[in-house]
Amino acid sequence: MKQPLIEIKDLHVQFEVRDGIVKAIQGASFKIMRGQTTGIIGESGCGKSITAKAIMQMVPKPGKITQGEILYHYRDKRNPGQEDIVNITKLDPDGPRIRRIRGGEIGMIFQEPMSSLTPVYSTGQQIGESLKLHRMIPKKVGDQMDAAIMEYRHVTKEEAREIGIDMLRKVGLPKPQERIDSYPHQLSGGQRQRVMIAIALSCEPMMLIADEPTTALDVSIEAQILDLMRELQEREDMAIMFITHNLGVVAEMAEDIIVMYMGKQVERASALNVFYEAKHPYTKALLESIPHVGKRDRERLASIKGMVPSPFELPPGCVFHPRCPAFMPGKCDVIEPSWQEVQDDHWVSCLLYEEV
Amino acid sequence: MAKKFKTYNLPDNVEEHLKPEHINESDVILDVRGLTKFFPIKKGFFKKEVGNVRAVDHVNFFLREGETLGMVGESGCGKTTASRTVIRLYEATDGAAYFKSDVLSSNSEPVIVNIMDLDNEDMKKIRKEMSMVFQDPINSLNPRMSVYDIVAEPLVIHGQVNNKKNEQIVTSLLERVGLRASYMRRYPHEFSGGQRQRIGIARALALNPKIIFCDEPVSALDVSIQAQTLNLLKDLQADFNLSYVFVAHDLSVVQHISDRVAVMYVGKVAEVADSDELYNNPLHPYTEALLSSVPKPDPKYESHRIHMQGEVADPSNPPSGCYFHPRCQYAEEVCKVETPEYRELKHDHFVSCHRAEELQLRGV
Repeated sequence: MKQPLIEIKDLHVQFEVRDGIVKAIQGASFKIMRGQTTGIIGESGCGKSITAKAIMQMVPKPGKITQGEILYHYRDKRNPGQEDIVNITKLDPDGPRIRRIRGGEIGMIFQEPMSSLTPVYSTGQQIGESLKLHRMIPKKVGDQMDAAIMEYRHVTKEEAREIGIDMLRKVGLPKPQERIDSYPHQLSGGQRQRVMIAIALSCEPMMLIADEPTTALDVSIEAQILDLMRELQEREDMAIMFITHNLGVVAEMAEDIIVMYMGKQVERASALNVFYEAKHPYTKALLESIPHVGKRDRERLASIKGMVPSPFELPPGCVFHPRCPAFMPGKCDVIEPSWQEVQDDHWVSCLLYEEV
Repeated sequence: MAKKFKTYNLPDNVEEHLKPEHINESDVILDVRGLTKFFPIKKGFFKKEVGNVRAVDHVNFFLREGETLGMVGESGCGKTTASRTVIRLYEATDGAAYFKSDVLSSNSEPVIVNIMDLDNEDMKKIRKEMSMVFQDPINSLNPRMSVYDIVAEPLVIHGQVNNKKNEQIVTSLLERVGLRASYMRRYPHEFSGGQRQRIGIARALALNPKIIFCDEPVSALDVSIQAQTLNLLKDLQADFNLSYVFVAHDLSVVQHISDRVAVMYVGKVAEVADSDELYNNPLHPYTEALLSSVPKPDPKYESHRIHMQGEVADPSNPPSGCYFHPRCQYAEEVCKVETPEYRELKHDHFVSCHRAEELQLRGV
């Protein structure tokens, strides 16, 4: 039933800068299933956003994908039976194929709704841009026996406006006919984020990458945006890759969760397993360090000791060992843990679950 | 020369809404009454005033010694403006803030002053007793000053220029907030976000304040660093008997750190209560809706989310009656017409809602 849409295999991304090499992602491997939400959690600098950018071939310079592959199972909407496998890492970052994927087949919502819209274009123009590039409209050109011969053409300006208004209505923006002519500064933060979502969804993507989509928003608006994303996902059967550091949001949205720390995936399991049977000490510590609303004890929060290490001097062995409460001297600081399945579909990379 | 002190008497000929109410209770150190801050909207060539942004609109709250008062609300509700107006970073349009001050007293007994009435000289003195921790640990530290300069600056401003002595104080402050004293000569860019926030906290502590206004101190930090910072704030509170006004938008953080919580909506206080009481038995529909929107870190949790209609009201053109009525699912005719009275419904539980007595609202 579950079919993969994106398969990431042993992905490595490095940044060569003056002070050395930053290994932003070291061996990420996971799958994103069709119609499902995959949550990626971790602290800043752990490689969440770079993973998302690697899928779009948008790793900022001087970053490079040095190893691994990203397989994209492409199905043409006009001919859904057939499946092509495209290796995104092999595509030319400026080529026509990746430009069809970006924004067309995979949509993306960025973290900052304030700065990811152009201030000099109206909402309608910004939605229209992606529509003009990606949205095709079928046109019947003739009949052959009982099958219609269809041709596809790009949308016109007027149609783009119509679709734009319709999208704004779908994302719940009041008075879409007027809003289509507003500029970003005339909209509030929540409204701008809705416009971003409308742009990302206007081309009916197979997958939506949401990079901290609600971090800058208030809880009430956040709740509206999350509901909206879930509703649209059900309607369009779209996969969502949800990047966040808010554990509450990820618990609500995701079916599968990947926990990352310093460029490595440390745990992957279903949301239930991550929250109730976390295996990795880092995941456990993360879960304990957040205050729960409603459950209040006067005690201190369990915090993770120390700080995230410098990306230039990653500790040997397991990268988490200097901060780990279950640190085993002689093992964790020497041996690098491997990625293995400890339970049914519950993967973890920790020496506690390994025989060494 | 013997120092001459001005005498401060509580005024008795003030308007009704500015009369002190709680400051005479022994443990209350700050009593804010009818605090109002309007920002004028100016238009045209002559900068004619065409309206007001009612950022803070007749707000009442008080703060007890050694407690934390959390202030929550959506962005633009005036929580930051309220705390800044109290220490006169903004001049209040109207209102009073009664404060028990030691530095302005001529004897060992603290004297009650209205912060809004003080002249510049006394205001400078009283700022020793109130300090602030800011939201953004990157922009609130001067990049061209070393850590020592930053933390010692309040001391220097208040006339303590002995370098040796200051160095000792800075050393002990840095150690107290969990930084190495050897970092003293470094510059802010050499530190991570959590460490910078610790520098900000050390600076706030430099003059032994009684109240610290924390304006979103942890919202820019990662979860593990956030937990460390919250723990630090709690420890310092216990050690120095500090009182905090803790402004934040994260309801779970506010509940964790606060003894009492004030919920603000469009410049007004909707509800104030003990934090457990507020989260379990909210009396204002806005509090209920806010609490229902918080995502719970539990995949099994079934949400009972209340959808608030529309957007936050515009503070320059607020709706009639109760500001929350266009979004409130319990709104009645009276809510559209009359402004609800801010009243103490249960002990220590203040609310401004017409229907607070009859509604059965759901907590968390």
